[in-house]
Amino acid sequence: MSMLSNSTKRGSVLIVGGGIGGMQAALDLADSGFKVHMVQRDPSIGGTMAMLDKTFPTGDCAMCMISPKMVEAGRHLNIDIHTLAEVTSVEGDAGDFKVRVKLAPRYVDADKCTGCGDCELKCPKKVLSEFDQKLGPRKAVYSLFPQAVPNTRAIDASQCLCLNDPDRKRCRLCEKACKAGAINYGDTGREIELNVGSIILSPGLDRYDARARQELGLGRWQNVVSSIQFERILSASGPYKGVVQRPSDQKHPKKVAWIQCVGSRDNHNANPWCSSVCCMYATKQSIIAKEHDKNIEPTIFYMEMRAFGKDFDKYVERAKNEYAVRYQRAMVSAVREEPGTGDLLLKYAAEDGGLITEKFDMVVLSIGFQPHCDAEQFAKTFGIETNQYLFAKTSPFTPVRTSREGVFVTGIYQGPKDIPETVMQGSGVAGSVMAMLAEVRGTETVKKELPPEKDVTGEDPRIGVFVCHCGTNISSTVNIDEVVSAVKDQPGVAYVTNTIYACAQDNQDMIKQTIKEQNLNRVVIASCTPRTHEKLFQETIREAGLNKYLFDLADIREQCSWCHKGQNEVATKKAIGIVKMSVAKSRLQEPLQSETVGVTPACLIIGGGIAGMTAALCLADQGFPVHVIEQDKELGGLVRQVYRTLEGLDVQEFLKDRIGAVNEHPKITVHRSVEVKKTDGFVGNFKTILTDGSIIEHGAIILATGGIEYQPTEYLYGESPNVITQRQLEKTLADGGAPKAGERYVMIQCVGSREEPNQYCSRICCQDAIRNAIAIKESNPAAEVVIVYRDIRTYGLREDYYKKARDLGVIFVRYDVDRKPRVEQAGPTVSVRTWDYMLNKELSLDADWLVLSTGLRPHPTTDHVGEMYKVTRNPDGYFLEAHVKLRPVDFPSEGLFVAGLGHAPKNIDETVAQALAASGRAGVILSHERLAVSGIIAKHKRELCMSCLSCLRVCPFGSPYIAEDGKVSHNEVKCMGCGICAGICPAKAFQVNNFRDDQILAMIDAAVESEPGVVN
Amino acid sequence: MADVAEATEQTRVSTIEKSHEIPDSWQPNVLAFACHYCAFAAADLAGVMRLSYPPNVKIIRLPCTGKLDHIHVLRAFERGIDGVFVAG
Repeated sequence: MSMLSNSTKRGSVLIVGGGIGGMQAALDLADSGFKVHMVQRDPSIGGTMAMLDKTFPTGDCAMCMISPKMVEAGRHLNIDIHTLAEVTSVEGDAGDFKVRVKLAPRYVDADKCTGCGDCELKCPKKVLSEFDQKLGPRKAVYSLFPQAVPNTRAIDASQCLCLNDPDRKRCRLCEKACKAGAINYGDTGREIELNVGSIILSPGLDRYDARARQELGLGRWQNVVSSIQFERILSASGPYKGVVQRPSDQKHPKKVAWIQCVGSRDNHNANPWCSSVCCMYATKQSIIAKEHDKNIEPTIFYMEMRAFGKDFDKYVERAKNEYAVRYQRAMVSAVREEPGTGDLLLKYAAEDGGLITEKFDMVVLSIGFQPHCDAEQFAKTFGIETNQYLFAKTSPFTPVRTSREGVFVTGIYQGPKDIPETVMQGSGVAGSVMAMLAEVRGTETVKKELPPEKDVTGEDPRIGVFVCHCGTNISSTVNIDEVVSAVKDQPGVAYVTNTIYACAQDNQDMIKQTIKEQNLNRVVIASCTPRTHEKLFQETIREAGLNKYLFDLADIREQCSWCHKGQNEVATKKAIGIVKMSVAKSRLQEPLQSETVGVTPACLIIGGGIAGMTAALCLADQGFPVHVIEQDKELGGLVRQVYRTLEGLDVQEFLKDRIGAVNEHPKITVHRSVEVKKTDGFVGNFKTILTDGSIIEHGAIILATGGIEYQPTEYLYGESPNVITQRQLEKTLADGGAPKAGERYVMIQCVGSREEPNQYCSRICCQDAIRNAIAIKESNPAAEVVIVYRDIRTYGLREDYYKKARDLGVIFVRYDVDRKPRVEQAGPTVSVRTWDYMLNKELSLDADWLVLSTGLRPHPTTDHVGEMYKVTRNPDGYFLEAHVKLRPVDFPSEGLFVAGLGHAPKNIDETVAQALAASGRAGVILSHERLAVSGIIAKHKRELCMSCLSCLRVCPFGSPYIAEDGKVSHNEVKCMGCGICAGICPAKAFQVNNFRDDQILAMIDAAVESEPGVVN
Repeated sequence: MADVAEATEQTRVSTIEKSHEIPDSWQPNVLAFACHYCAFAAADLAGVMRLSYPPNVKIIRLPCTGKLDHIHVLRAFERGIDGVFVAG
């Protein structure tokens, strides 16, 4: 299915690193016409996120979110995953790289292995699990974690008894256990060569080894654990099954302490940067620990609370107020074990200088991030520049581009960051690659050729049932023969058989053959969970000419044999029941046709600031016409008032360059001084009317409505000539205004932020203050700068500038929100009085200039635009994305995306990354000629509908609507098949395909039939 | 009036089924309705982790527990199911 192209570029991409950032990039690219090769050094993809229990600030289960993505990447026709692999060399140039990849031996043949795990059960060699942070065991033949993708075990050659025997005679138990014959002790690994157009680096992170901080006792005192160990302790699938207990004596701890900044913000024996996430994960861990065990009393020892992200401050407030988490601002100098008890004595200085010793039951060290240990070699292999700390070097204006053309970076290799920002960069890097390789999109992807579908309408059900042994996984508990004979006589069942591994290639062929020979028109497979295997079997029956929805999977492994071991009789009975329920459902299955809708390959972008312009350029470079709607008469947005980045780059130059590029691009049309009047339609097919009457047809929408600065009313602003904002100071400095010797600048932080009703951090103000302070000091060291702050939030690599400001003599004085600075006009100066917690007395400062660090607000149009597109805003007025972790630029309604300050306060580099992400996500939609609609959707019967509007109120996707005749109609393109409408509809006008009421009732009846009531 | 009240009381009592003796070996027959994305996934994880629980529960997978209808629950009880567990 290759399209012809004269380009010398390759339509494929190499992604190095299979964590969440790499996976996001892989899925976006593979879904939009690019072949993806993913190289991962571990035996499974997943990265750090797979180790986490829950995520902040929503408390969502990390594995529940990442597992479907892993399955999707693992099964994607256009993603090849190479595990236990590393890149050894890169030749060529952007557009056409030649890459050599070395694959270490796995000793398990992925083509034969079914992932049943029999080998692991039999393996006699126990090893401490790296995944569980050495708190629990694994075997020498192992799976990194239960949901691993690929689900092929690997043998750890350093531990395997057989591989360590020169004659290869010892043990060999896994080989005997494997019914599929997948164990291969002779595996030597191999080398492959790949030709790709672009390379994405997402190698992820290493964690600081806190054993270097001996005084904190990790590795010495058993009840001192690292934060990643605690994450595994909290996990229900971790070493303690989610029970919070001490490693030394399994005692449930009461007082638990978190020590922040271990390995971060420390120039001596650790890393100077801020790791950006520890304040929040410690808050999360303390909340979750308390949810697991309400007797736990968490204390977090911290220097500065860096809750700078969207809704983070609210999360910390909740931790304090609802979970009684104690936040103690103090540096812990030593942790000692109390002999004989396992309890820990923490020594710390109170803010007034007094030394305190406090006893805790358990201590968690919040360890920071650092580049992977191979980072130095990595940079050499890929020929890219790094910064002084070995992170990949990027510019704030091009945050996902490395120094080598065609090589991009995402995730923590670019700098410390959390999951949503990693995902944003993942989509952002995908957008950048789509633009770079636009002309070769679709040249290397493959599409499956399928036989025509057999028409089964009007035929009586002829169900084929295949009962799987799964080696011995099912058959050692469930009597397969009994299941087979119990199902044989069920109405509609035409054929029943058993199979050793239903999912193995030879048995898939057998199933296809049987469908034809027995003229089957429905298939039930009794084996494992539909969550991992339904799509595989659906493809199998489709290859045999059956509609893929004529299939049902009866889960008799995860939900039967594996949890009822040793209870063979009852487990067999339950398995029979499960299969009968599936057969009952299958009998009522009907072929479903997935409809498709055409796509208008153009994008509408609301807002012409940095976000809107970046997205416009990326999409236009991808080849799609773009319409930018700017309310103002000129492009640029809020950035027009910004002159320098924290790093000292010229923002105005960048802005001029962007505006020029947008104006010149043949694919971009800028509509100035207009607004959107109305948009109709749905994903792929929108029609927008502007206030000037022009009509635009487009397939996607990006909301980049931007933000404004808070106009202060406090601290004499507007009353005293000495009081200005950071933005005004910045302009004065940019215009050449020189600070005089002895002149005193006092800056007050968090003006209009982090207080009700604006309980959020505006994220940019600490850096604005520090940048301006540095500029003053560099211009005239004899000028004095005092920054009065609550927490300095120079997260990530920005910490360097905090240090630089201190080194230049900028003075930092902390204040508390309930003891705010007081300001009075005092003749030609302004007097600022604030409490100094170090000196424990009030400071009085005469300021020549009082500079207010004012916060950000969403643009006033946000509400109106939000209402127009039916997208919600959070309590602070910012757009609410579809999912705060994994869908940071999507809206729940398909085809709508968000970028920039309309989403939340952020810096220029983050705005650029998010804008690229929005264009990557939009590019996925626009690259399709037609979009397929899932078969599992709600069907609406208008003749039954009373238009009571219940569905309209509950549908999260806005698919029911009021049609022109005034009655409810249903837009199936928007429907995601959740069936909430079907649950609430009093007239039963909605039925979800394959989950129809008659099917569910039939399953209920079958469940009872197999187990008649006991009480008579 | 007292007679009427007494008669009503008698009628009411006679229509309510007498509670049964519960045999020692009795196990309730439980039907669970689980959301595909969370509770069903959790049931899978229980299996993967080989956690043991009584086998007298069977699961019906729904695309979302919002899909659950009164008639599903009522039908289950009508057919003799002893307990319905909705998880999502």
